[in-house]
Amino acid sequence: MSAELLRLEQVHATYGDGDVLQAVSLAAASGRVLSLLGRNGAGKTTVLKTIMGILAPRAGRIRFAGDDIAGAPPHRIARAGLGYVPDTRGVFPSLSVLENLTVAARPGAMAGGSDWSLERVFALFPRLYERRHGSGGRLSGGEQQMLAIARALLTNPLLLLLDEPTEGLAPIVIDDVERVLRQLKSTGLAILLVEQNLAFALAFADEVAVLGKGQVRWSGTPAEFARAEDVKRRWLGL
Amino acid sequence: MDPGFLLLQLLNGLQFAMLLFLLAVGLSVVLGMMNFINLAHGTLYMVGAFVGFAAAERAGSFWAALAAGPAAAAALGAVFYGALLRHMQRAGAMKQVLVTFGLIFVGIDAVRLIWGDYAKTLLAPSALAGSVHILGQVYPAYRLFIIALGLALALVLYLGLERTRLGAVVRAGVDDRVMAASLGLDVERAFFAVFCLGCALAGLAGVAASPVLEIYPGMDMAILIPTLIVVVVGGPGRLAGAFFGALLIGMAETFGAVFIPDFSSFMIYAVMSLVLLLRPQGLLPARHSP
Repeated sequence: MSAELLRLEQVHATYGDGDVLQAVSLAAASGRVLSLLGRNGAGKTTVLKTIMGILAPRAGRIRFAGDDIAGAPPHRIARAGLGYVPDTRGVFPSLSVLENLTVAARPGAMAGGSDWSLERVFALFPRLYERRHGSGGRLSGGEQQMLAIARALLTNPLLLLLDEPTEGLAPIVIDDVERVLRQLKSTGLAILLVEQNLAFALAFADEVAVLGKGQVRWSGTPAEFARAEDVKRRWLGL
Repeated sequence: MDPGFLLLQLLNGLQFAMLLFLLAVGLSVVLGMMNFINLAHGTLYMVGAFVGFAAAERAGSFWAALAAGPAAAAALGAVFYGALLRHMQRAGAMKQVLVTFGLIFVGIDAVRLIWGDYAKTLLAPSALAGSVHILGQVYPAYRLFIIALGLALALVLYLGLERTRLGAVVRAGVDDRVMAASLGLDVERAFFAVFCLGCALAGLAGVAASPVLEIYPGMDMAILIPTLIVVVVGGPGRLAGAFFGALLIGMAETFGAVFIPDFSSFMIYAVMSLVLLLRPQGLLPARHSP
């Protein structure tokens, strides 16, 4: 059994009007991939934003690597070892591809973390090396996704939060993202993956959690999930 | 039209533009980065001028003013920030405008209390007191100094923004503040540094303007509106926007006063309206990720 890295206990969060998260409890372990599934509007993105401190939880506890991070500002949470790749990618258009990578790079492996360098990242994403002097604003959707992942890796996170990495990408680019995530998983990096693309999400998952109407409705292994027909029907509409 | 006369007006316009640039650049970047509007920015300009005047009197040298004015403005900016502005970042534009507008009057009264009501003059340093001949025209050396100072600082700021780590953090913060913070960047601290630097530049503008304009309580009000227009015309958040916006407004003001004096007070507003009709985001707005 691998060590627990992240635990959300009874987390409530409000976004706009109305409670989006109601008593969400969730755990992620080091070296494992947790896929968080759910319909549009189930609160998946809100879970990630709340973990990152972009939204302050209204109630509940969030522990990460032994520290209570609920209510801390995003830059402190990131420095505690969380890498964030939002669904909007968040590439900085005023910065070159290289600057996008180096501006947030935190070299040196943390205890239990990986040690990502520019060379390693460019070996994983040769396309980014070719475009390193170009503006971040001129990348294609797939390249932006690669850049967002590469940039998060260079902060040497203990846990990578990935929000819909395949959203809006062509199938051939999705294959590329899949190749990259397989490699990341093989390095032992812990990943919390939010995905609509079920096949993609299940391809890597060690654990599956299903979010519905702001609560975790089910959790288990991918094999258990394959048999849980009522969960799929009720909370995913399959 | 006499080309020599045109050259003189061009230099006058350039000199005014450089003062506007020094004032607008801090305001613009802070607005683009934090969506924060500090109407009391002109107060730093006035304080820079008065402290500079006092320092020059004591030290007997203009150069003492050029050091003391920006330092005092930066220190006052840091106090502003810690005591007030830090708590107001999420307060919304209306509250920010009202509070910082109130600070303008506090500033004017404080200056009046310390230095009195009368206008003061700071003499240009003796090395720059004379005139130079350019293409057959006679032009005050000190005004050329203001132009050179503005251009040199624009270059330094450009290099600082494009080539240094703090510059990259600032650009990332202007592009997408939440994303920058989510990567572990302390956007708040970078903002504080930029804010204090912007205040120092406003103080510097106040000292630099002193031998050309008068030093008096309320001088900040006279420069605030053109400065805000530069920020709006240039597009908030960008150094190049502040620079070219300042050039445009500086020239419009100068040439307007010369060629259509009846409309001169209206000229910069006309230019601003025209720019905003054609480019509602300003000339060179910060690019925001979609």
